[in-house]
Amino acid sequence: MYFAKLVLRNTLRHKLRTGLTVLGLFVAILAFGLLRTVVEAWFAGAESASTTRLITRNSISLVFSLPIAYQDRIRQIGGVTRVSHANWFGGIYVSEKNFFPQFAVDAKSYLDLYPEYLIPPEQLKAFLLDRKGCTVGRKLADIHGFKIGDVVQLRGTIFPGTWEFVVRAVYDGAEAATDTSQFLFHWDYLNETLKQTVPRRANTVGVYVVGIEQSNQAAEIGREIDRTFRNSLAETLTETEKAFQLGFVAMTEAIVIAIEVVSFLVIFIIMAVMANTMAMTARERLAEYATMKALGFGPIRVVSLILGESLVIALAGATAGVLATFPVAEWFAAKMGTLFPVFNVSQQTVTMQIVAAVTVGAVAALLPSYRAATVRIVDGLRNIG
Amino acid sequence: MTGKIVEIRHIAKSYRRGGQIVPVLSDLSFDIPEGEFVALMGPSGSGKSTLLNLIAGIDKPDSGELRVAGLDITTLSEADLADWRATHIGFIFQFYNLMPVLTAFENIELPMLLTRLSRRQRRERVGLALDMVGLTDRMDHYPSELSGGQQQRVAIARAIISDPLLIVADEPTGDLDRVSAADILNLLDRLNREMGKTIVMVTHDQRAAEHARLVRHLDKGELTDGEPSSKTL
Repeated sequence: MYFAKLVLRNTLRHKLRTGLTVLGLFVAILAFGLLRTVVEAWFAGAESASTTRLITRNSISLVFSLPIAYQDRIRQIGGVTRVSHANWFGGIYVSEKNFFPQFAVDAKSYLDLYPEYLIPPEQLKAFLLDRKGCTVGRKLADIHGFKIGDVVQLRGTIFPGTWEFVVRAVYDGAEAATDTSQFLFHWDYLNETLKQTVPRRANTVGVYVVGIEQSNQAAEIGREIDRTFRNSLAETLTETEKAFQLGFVAMTEAIVIAIEVVSFLVIFIIMAVMANTMAMTARERLAEYATMKALGFGPIRVVSLILGESLVIALAGATAGVLATFPVAEWFAAKMGTLFPVFNVSQQTVTMQIVAAVTVGAVAALLPSYRAATVRIVDGLRNIG
Repeated sequence: MTGKIVEIRHIAKSYRRGGQIVPVLSDLSFDIPEGEFVALMGPSGSGKSTLLNLIAGIDKPDSGELRVAGLDITTLSEADLADWRATHIGFIFQFYNLMPVLTAFENIELPMLLTRLSRRQRRERVGLALDMVGLTDRMDHYPSELSGGQQQRVAIARAIISDPLLIVADEPTGDLDRVSAADILNLLDRLNREMGKTIVMVTHDQRAAEHARLVRHLDKGELTDGEPSSKTL
């Protein structure tokens, strides 16, 4: 108790210096938390992917489509429980800046495969009955103010023309990591229109979503699907939903690595700043540490004073930083719109922030502690101001 | 017990400065009787502070034997020496060396943290020490709120709180005005006469030395005399 008091009073001895160091730590821990959250958001799709869903696409590229006729043949493969499909629509809502993912899906089977999308029964019924109907995620609805019954116009890019949809349902996520920024509408609506406008593009799908009984069958079933369509006009590539999502992350891997490097650089910089602060502090108090040693206190007691002070400063900054991460991340997510479908500060990020702060505190105290512990008493006593 | 609390035999001590070895004490031998008040005097660089540091166990000689209360402290490890200092030595420094963030009470209590005394017992002893140095009314003041003389009195209370065998004082009046210095010297006098504390004091000040019962002069690391002080005479 006595030593805790001594540590706390020492911490507040130079209020400006301590305050600025705590401020620095606050900013560093906040920045670290935000950058880690961005990295996690990048991987969010892969992390929330189901282990019992496979994605089958054209083996040449995702840009190329697959015939709708494949659906029944995939369904016949052993271990497959459900098959649905989706087309990336890529339309523009009002202007390009309002980006959000839009998919033309086989609604009934698709929603069966994604039980994490929670839709009230009456809204689901209305959506399934209306060919021009659409369902939007809660986050997307909140951003653009979409309400049930609203008419939404999308300007097609991949599929030219102006497309009109009626919001029939709003889905919520079963978990915090569920993506609720999507816009889903009926593939039939797209296909019927294409039959009239661009017939050669009709009856095709972007990807098949394949539900399987057991996750340990994924590799085998994937191989079987691809074997089925080998030497056909459109060969397939089947992978787990997670691998499919990670493929997108890999395209931007350099950015993710850069963000990760910067997040750790921030911690390294504050560690250097903190080490300098603690070195100055310990140098000023060398005579006090020498006096304590003369009175009979061992080096461990002296080290505990320096380490304690360093940890108090680090944890004060960290506490403020962690607490601020949540509202700042919320604000950041709102500003980013649907760029990051899921942008939540995870427990892992908070743990990493605390570990980073403790590491900064401990490392910053290392050299001053060693100096104070090993300095000869007579040399330390000469440091009287 | 031989009646000699400090026995110094053929002590030598040198320092390395800029690659050169500078001898400070060479083949020094003398004793300090128990209950004595000894003043060590001498010009700067004569080795008196070095000798005091050796007696207090905060520095080690290059060679020789140094017994305090019969124990050769030159053979102790750093950890044992720290424990020994906590129980045997009371320190009084020229610049008081108080912890600025602790009150007078807490500064005096500091050495007690190394004992097994309860909080209540510690408070009682600190109260007695404060009473002895006449600072009971200033117990909650921080060092910066006390005069130099008052700070030195706190330091004296801290030095006696663990009831040490030996009190070492390095220029205890060097940073004080004349009146405060006289106060401090009178207090040391009382500790020696009323409590029987053995005191070894380094000083430049002849007036301070006059309070001691034995004055030893050092010059170039050697004792030059052993005359009793005029006051004692």
